[in-house]
Amino acid sequence: KAIDMTPSITEILERCRQLLATPVGEVAAAQKAKNPDRKIVGCFPVYTPVELIHAAGALPLGVIGGGNQIEIAHADSRFQSFICSIVKSTLELGLTDRLEAVDAMVFQSICDPARNLASVFKRNFPRLQIEYLHMPQNMSLRANDYLVAEYQRIFDSWKALTGKPATEQDLAQSIGLFDRDRALMRDLYRLRCETPEKVSAAESYLLMRAGTLMPVEEHIELLEAALPGLQQRAAKPKDRIRVVLEGSFCEQPSLELIDRLEEAGCYLVDDDFLLGWRFFKREVSAGDSPLRALADAYIDRSVYSGVKHDLRESKAKHLTDKVREMRAEAVIILVAKFCEPALFDYALYRKALDEAGIPHLFLEFEEKMWVFDRVRTEVETFVESMLFE
Amino acid sequence: MTEQKGYQERMHLLQKEMMNRYYDDLTRVAEGGPGKSAYMLVSGNPVELVRAFDFLPVYPEVNALQIAVKKQALPFILKAEEMGYSMDNCAYVKADIGCFFSGRKTPFGTIPLPDLLLCNYVGCNVYLQWFEHLSEYNPAPVFNLDIPFVRTEDGEPRPEDVTYVVRQLEDLVEMCERITGKALDYAKLQRIVALSGETGELWSKIKALTKRRPSPFDAYFDSVTMMAPLYCTRGTEECLRFFEAAYEELLKKAEDGVGPLPEERFRVVIEGPPPWPFLRTFRDMFSKWGAVAVASTYSTVGGLWEFGFRHDANRPLESIARHMLQWNLTNRNFLQRYEQIKRYMDDWSADALIIHSVKSCRLFSAGQGDMREYFSKDLGVPTLLVESDLEDPRYFSEAQMRNRVDAFFESLAHKRAVAGKAS
Ligand code: SF4
Ligand code: SF4
Repeated sequence: KAIDMTPSITEILERCRQLLATPVGEVAAAQKAKNPDRKIVGCFPVYTPVELIHAAGALPLGVIGGGNQIEIAHADSRFQSFICSIVKSTLELGLTDRLEAVDAMVFQSICDPARNLASVFKRNFPRLQIEYLHMPQNMSLRANDYLVAEYQRIFDSWKALTGKPATEQDLAQSIGLFDRDRALMRDLYRLRCETPEKVSAAESYLLMRAGTLMPVEEHIELLEAALPGLQQRAAKPKDRIRVVLEGSFCEQPSLELIDRLEEAGCYLVDDDFLLGWRFFKREVSAGDSPLRALADAYIDRSVYSGVKHDLRESKAKHLTDKVREMRAEAVIILVAKFCEPALFDYALYRKALDEAGIPHLFLEFEEKMWVFDRVRTEVETFVESMLFE
Repeated sequence: MTEQKGYQERMHLLQKEMMNRYYDDLTRVAEGGPGKSAYMLVSGNPVELVRAFDFLPVYPEVNALQIAVKKQALPFILKAEEMGYSMDNCAYVKADIGCFFSGRKTPFGTIPLPDLLLCNYVGCNVYLQWFEHLSEYNPAPVFNLDIPFVRTEDGEPRPEDVTYVVRQLEDLVEMCERITGKALDYAKLQRIVALSGETGELWSKIKALTKRRPSPFDAYFDSVTMMAPLYCTRGTEECLRFFEAAYEELLKKAEDGVGPLPEERFRVVIEGPPPWPFLRTFRDMFSKWGAVAVASTYSTVGGLWEFGFRHDANRPLESIARHMLQWNLTNRNFLQRYEQIKRYMDDWSADALIIHSVKSCRLFSAGQGDMREYFSKDLGVPTLLVESDLEDPRYFSEAQMRNRVDAFFESLAHKRAVAGKAS
C-alpha cells in the first residue's frame, strides 16, 4: 500500500503561517534562489491581471505592505501622517533595500496616494521597472476596447522585461491556471459560509495570502490538498453571529486582528481581504481572444469594491444583497486608517444598512497593531447587543 | 510689507461682478427659472461641451471653496461627519454634501439640483466617490467620463486613450441630447471651443508676464482670482472680455514696473491648493517678507496653457479630450509635476519653493515629502513644506505656520546677505 504523502491540513496551515511570517523580500529572494532566471513582479493591491505576468514568464508576487514586521523610519518623511500605512510601509521596503530580489512593480489607479507612490517608486528605485495601470471607470462597451489596449501595452512591457515572446496560447494557459486557482478560493469561501465552524477566517486568510507569495501552480496544489482536509473536520457550530466583513480590500489587517474579531463572538462568513486575487465571480475563460476575455471579465464579472465605481448598480445594494445571500446577521466595516476609498464607502454603507435594519459596527485598523483589547471589547459589546435583542 | 494701494482694483472688481452674475444664474435655476444645470469637476473640465447644450456648469469644488472663503464651511463639514463621513475624507466633499443636505443655500447664492451629474474623472479618485455619492442622493443621470492617467515614459497620452475619451464624449453628447431634447449644434460647439482657444492664449500670456521683475501680480494669490471665471465661464464672450481686460491691466503694470508689493525681495513657486478659510492670513505671511509667487501649480488644475496647449475649433472633441488627458495638472503624474515645478524655477527665475501640503487633497499632497527631498537635496532649491487644509478650518495653526515661514525667509535673507558680502 502506498504511503499517503498528502500533507495534513495542520501541516499546510503551518506552512502558510511560516510563509506569512517571512518578510516579503525574503520570500522573493528565496524564489529567486530557486529560479534565478525568472523575473519577479511585485503587485501592489488591489487587482493586477496576474495572468499577463505569468504568461510573460515572470512571477507575480503580492507586495502588500510591510505588515507588522517593519518599522517605518524613512518613508514617513516622504508621505505625510494622514496617508495610510500600506503606502508608507511599501515604500519603506524599498528604501531599506528589502526588495532587492524584485525586478518590477505594478500599481493601479485605486486611489491618489497609491498613484503618487508609483511615481515615488520610479524616482527612488530606477533599478525597478514600474508599471502603472489605469483601470477604466466607465463601465461601458467603450471601456472594453480601451482595456484590451491597456493590457496589451502592459503585457508587452512585461514581455520586454523577461525577454519571452509569449503568445496568446501562453496567455490562455495562464488564464486557465488562475481560473482554477480562483475557483478553489471560491470553494474555500463557500465552505466557510456554509460551515464556518470548519474553517476560521484567519485560516482562510492564511491559505489565501500564501497564494500571493508562491507560484500559482503551487497554490493550486496547496488548496487542492487543503480543501478536503477542512471539509473533513469535525467541528460543532458555536453560538456566534454570522457577520460579513467589508472595507479591507487593500491594506490588510494582521492575522491576529482577524482572529480576535472572530474570537469575540462572530463567524466572518465573508470578507473582502485580498480581493484582487480572487476578483471574479465566475471563470474568465480565455476563449479565442484571451486578452479580450481578461478585459471583459473586469467589466462584467469583477466583484464590487471601494476602488471600482460601477454606476450600473448601487454599491450599497451589493452589500445588503451580500448580507442576505450569506445569511449574515450583521456587518463589520473594517477600514485601514486613512484609507479614503473605504472611508467614503462607509457613508453609503451606513445609510443602506440602517435602512435595511442590518446591525453594523465600524472599526479602523492599522497594519501595525499590537493591542487588540479595545477592538475585542467593541466587538463583544456589539455581539452581545445583538444576542440580547 | 502690505500690498500696494489700488493694486487689485479693476480686475478684481470685474471678477466679482462676473462671479455674482454666475451665482445669480445658478440661484435663478435653483428657484425654478429656465435652464438646466450640469454638476462637474474642475480638473481638466470639459465645460465647452456642456455649454454647447446651454447647461449651466456647477462646480461643487468652486462652491466648497467659496463657502470656505466665507468661513461657513465648518457647520457643513460637521453635518457630513454626522452622516458617516470621516474626519479623514476630503473636506470639499464634506462641505458640499453638508450643504446639499442643508437646502443648498450659501451666502453667495442657492445651488440648483443637478440635471446631469458629469463626473469628469481627471486624476482625482475622490471625484469618483463624490459623484457616486451624489448620484445616490439624486435621481439625475450620471456619467463617468473616464480619463486615462498619463502613465508612459514620454508623458503623452496613448492613441487608444484619445480614442477612448473621444468615444465617451460622443456618448456624453447623446446623453446631453436626451436630457435637453436638443441635438448637438456642432457649429456652436466650434464657436465655444474657439473662444476657449483665445481665452487660453490670453491666460498663457498673462502667466508669461510673471517672468518679469518685478512680477506684475502674484501667480498664486491673484491667479485664483482669474481661475473661477476660467472654469465657470470659459467658452463665453464674457469670459474672453474678462481675460482681455485682465491682460491689458497686468501688462500695463508689468511695463510700469509695478508689482503687488512695494518691493519684490523673493520670487517663489507655490505648490498645492491654498488654505481658503485663511487666505488673507496666509498671503500676509509671505507679503511680510516681500515674497511674491511667480508661478503656481494650483493655477493649472483646470488646465495647463502656459506650455502651449490651445483648444482647436477644427477638432473640438479631440481637443477637449487632449485638454482632459494631458493639459492639466491633475492628470499628469507626480514626476511630471516635479518637472513642471522645475521649469517654473528655471524659466520664471524663482528663489525658492513653497509646498503647501493640504490634508484634504491627497491628489496634491500624497508624497510631497519626496518632492521636498528632490528639490532640496537633489537640486539644492530652498524648499519649505507647511501643512494645513484647503477647507477645514480645524487644521490651520497660524502661529506654528507663521514661525516656519519666518524662519525660512530669515535664513534665505541671511544666506543672501552672506553671499552679497562674499561677492
Ligand atoms: S489602503 Fe486605501 S488609501 Fe491606502 S493605498 Fe490602499 S486604497 Fe489607497
Ligand atoms: S481630493 Fe483634491 S482634487 Fe479631489 S475632490 Fe478633494 S480637493 Fe478636489
